[in-house]
Amino acid sequence: MLALSGFVQLILAFALAPMLLSIINRTKAAFAGRHGPPWLLPYHELWKLLHKGAVYSRTATAVFVAGPIVGLAATGLALSFIPVGGCPALVSFPGDFLLVAYLLGLARFLTVSAALDTGSSFEGMGASREVLFSTLAEPALLLSLITLAAASPGASLSAIYAGIDSAVLASGAGPALFLVMAALLVVLLSENARIPIDDPATHLELTMIHEVMVLDHGGPDLALIHYASSLKLWLFGALLVGVALPLRSGFFLLDLLGGIAGLALVAVIVGLVESVMARLRLVRVPQLLVAASVLSVVALVLVMR
Amino acid sequence: MLWILLAVPVVSAMLAFALPWNWPRRGLLVASSGAHLGLAAAAIGRTPAPVLDGWIALDGTSLLFLAITSVVFFVVSIYAVGYLAHQVRVAEDPGREVPFVDYPEAVFTGCLLLFLAAMTLVIVSHHWGLMWVAVEATTLASAPLIYFHRHPRSLVATWKYLVICSVGIALALLGYFFLAVSAEVRELSPIHLTIADLENHARQLDPAWLKAAFLLLLVGYGTKMGLAPLHTWLPDAHSEAPSMVSALLSGVLLNCAFLAILRGHSLLAKAGLGDFSRELLVLFGLVSMVFAAVFVIRQADYKRLLAYSSVEHMGILSLGAGIGGIAGFGSMLHAVNHSLTKAMLFLAAGNTLHYFHTKSTLEARGLARALPVTALVWIAGLLAITGFPPFGPFVSELMILKGMIDGSRILVAIVYLVALAAILVAMAAIVIPMVYGKPPRSESPAEASEPPAAGARPGARSPAEPLWSAVPPLLLAAAVLVLGVYVPQPLSDFLHRAAIAVGAE
Amino acid sequence: MAEWLDAILVLVILTNLWLLGSSRLRACIQAAALQGILLGLIPLLATWPAITARLAGVAAASIVVKAIVLPAMLRRAAREANVVYEVQPLVGFTTSLLLGIVLWGLATHIAGRLPVAMLHVAPLLIPVAIFTILCGFLVIASRNTAVMQVIGYLALENGIYIFGWAFAIEDPLLVEMGVLLDVFVAVFVMGIMIYRLSREFDTIETDEFTSLKE
Repeated sequence: MLALSGFVQLILAFALAPMLLSIINRTKAAFAGRHGPPWLLPYHELWKLLHKGAVYSRTATAVFVAGPIVGLAATGLALSFIPVGGCPALVSFPGDFLLVAYLLGLARFLTVSAALDTGSSFEGMGASREVLFSTLAEPALLLSLITLAAASPGASLSAIYAGIDSAVLASGAGPALFLVMAALLVVLLSENARIPIDDPATHLELTMIHEVMVLDHGGPDLALIHYASSLKLWLFGALLVGVALPLRSGFFLLDLLGGIAGLALVAVIVGLVESVMARLRLVRVPQLLVAASVLSVVALVLVMR
Repeated sequence: MLWILLAVPVVSAMLAFALPWNWPRRGLLVASSGAHLGLAAAAIGRTPAPVLDGWIALDGTSLLFLAITSVVFFVVSIYAVGYLAHQVRVAEDPGREVPFVDYPEAVFTGCLLLFLAAMTLVIVSHHWGLMWVAVEATTLASAPLIYFHRHPRSLVATWKYLVICSVGIALALLGYFFLAVSAEVRELSPIHLTIADLENHARQLDPAWLKAAFLLLLVGYGTKMGLAPLHTWLPDAHSEAPSMVSALLSGVLLNCAFLAILRGHSLLAKAGLGDFSRELLVLFGLVSMVFAAVFVIRQADYKRLLAYSSVEHMGILSLGAGIGGIAGFGSMLHAVNHSLTKAMLFLAAGNTLHYFHTKSTLEARGLARALPVTALVWIAGLLAITGFPPFGPFVSELMILKGMIDGSRILVAIVYLVALAAILVAMAAIVIPMVYGKPPRSESPAEASEPPAAGARPGARSPAEPLWSAVPPLLLAAAVLVLGVYVPQPLSDFLHRAAIAVGAE
Repeated sequence: MAEWLDAILVLVILTNLWLLGSSRLRACIQAAALQGILLGLIPLLATWPAITARLAGVAAASIVVKAIVLPAMLRRAAREANVVYEVQPLVGFTTSLLLGIVLWGLATHIAGRLPVAMLHVAPLLIPVAIFTILCGFLVIASRNTAVMQVIGYLALENGIYIFGWAFAIEDPLLVEMGVLLDVFVAVFVMGIMIYRLSREFDTIETDEFTSLKE
């Protein structure tokens, strides 16, 4: 039963992740009074890109090709540890959140290496920014997860999230969990290159962070990258929803559906943030990320006290 | 009676704000400070009954400090009349071509009187919270006084004074809360935070909270008192304020803060924690003296020189109170002596500044010829403040030394003596050339046929030493001299009462 | 009501971090105002439901003064002095935030060591009070604009207030009002000073006031 629930979750994640992008785009469109793109557009794009060929620069090496593949593989692997809606994930062991953080780190390392491999100055710039921001986002993520671990009896991601229910939220640790939520939201926005950290829709390379790194990728490679990033959004969304909506009915399907509905809600929130906020100046971004870390430390102290 | 004591300055301050004429206002200033002096004398004769459930009362210590405050303020108010009539609108800083206009006289006089009221409230309040409110009120009332000249530098000095003192006093508020907690953890809930009530229950208070409270009170009020290393506002404020205000700050305000610290010390002594507070007082005292000694050497501004000397003497007061025994008595006597001496020196500095238009010790020279009376006051003040016989401070400093030797605190005594000697040499090396030296420029301002380039200053043309500027400091000098030769029996009894009341003896 | 009190206290922590991390004076003034409101709510929640009229009155007065009047005065001062940003603080904003963590750790450490077990105080009140005081100090010590220093002073006062309320000290009304009045006048006088400083120096960065250096 446990393994089955994990499989179902994982399959749903792989199937529905691009939908989150759709929800974000529709939210933004609704906010701007537009009709918005069709719901299945991300799938069409992936399909289209997969059927194209890829052009490689003469200076590019195997690292360039490996980037998207390892990125997708690592993200997908990380996803198998993530419980949605408090249902146990496919794999779990005490301390697995560290592995998740490092899998994401591995994916990023290869993406950055591939960007540097092109030798283009734009991509080097993007790589440098990406590394700086993720260095600052990582402590926030880990501290948030440690705070959650301290607030609940479990030690693996599945156990931690199963332990966080409405009772914990109403107890003394409640305010701390709100801080963790805020920190996780910032991490989510930063890791997924959303406004106010990065603008996924920008057309000016100078201001890009994530997009500029993948400028030279095309065809199937680009499809893998897009797909991996939608999986990443799912991953962080699930981490956030697990704290923000700690409704545990005990019925597997109900909880799972609740979790997925929560993910859709997160996508709406991201869309709202993108609609009402402008991008931060680059120099202010580290401050925001440090603030997220500070919040999670404050939460940790509150929980541990 | 106590109400009248407080009401006199407040009401006259309101009147001073409202009166449109200068001369009646000046008369009002002298009259109300005279009335205050009279009331204080009456209170000394027959201690009035406490009012407001014992929140406002007079004990031996209050009476002593009330007397100092009243006397110094009265003398300064006489000086102020002449100052306001003749000295206003004289640029005290020809170095910078910044146009500035003094505060309206009404505001100045009003704030002066409010300042007196606030200080009186500090002295008579016997409730910790009320005392805090009053000490903060003194800061606020005196800020406009320091900024009287509306000069950029006085503005900066005022800013520093406001911020540093307000922050310091905020800590004292925390100390007051800690006092309340020390009563509350022992569930003495119906206790009032009046000085008498707390002292009656001193043994029952929680010692850990009490110690923390005293530390905060010492740091908080110590900032206001000018104990190093929290004294940083003091030299700036004293050097930029009009000299008569400096005289009040140094001679009276610092004492008020000292009184607040003494109250804390006395409470701890009653609670059996006297050793703790004593050691802290000695420590802060020594640090202040050493700091002052370092900064006095080669000081280029004579008002700053006097300000650092105040830091030194606050150190001596704290040291004396910390040593206890005869030194506690000496500390009380020294508070009197220092107030009188420092007020007189600042008034002399005011005259000097008025004449030379500079605060530089190198340029203001040749006082003996230019301003003979002021020069006399300077020399007397120098001898007095550095502890020469036959002036008062000699006696009190000797008593404090005796207290150290009685308590076999030899190391403390050595530091004390070294610091005193260093300050003596440094101050003499600065003041004596000022009095007897030759003016650096060929023409001294008095002989200059043409006013210097900075512009005509009408002040330089007025008679060098009018009566109003010469008499008040001389009065003070005479008082200091008398105190050095003979401490009248009533005063001595009185000092004993004060020293006992604060547990310093 | 305990959960609400906790939530309020966490919000106080956040306003402190906001003060440490923001360079915009308006934002900082807003943080101070928010802190004033939260401050007024604390005694009401801490003693719920046994609220006396006196307590409600003091809370209302403190909200009016600390959340409305003082911020308005500061805003006016900042506008007249024509300052928008704290430009070059002694300690950078990110560093200040990180120092904030250190201060928070320190505050909980100190609070853990205070002998308060016999008092029935909400466990979060004392660390938050100490944290607020420490943050106030940090702001006063590390910021150059006069307005920020006043805001730091307000935070310091707020921390001390929380402390006072942590113990529901039987403060006489007179003292409370006196303290409130003093703070009001202090900020008022400081506001005037800021205005004058800005006129005299074309800046209210206290660093620039070099004329009084030793």
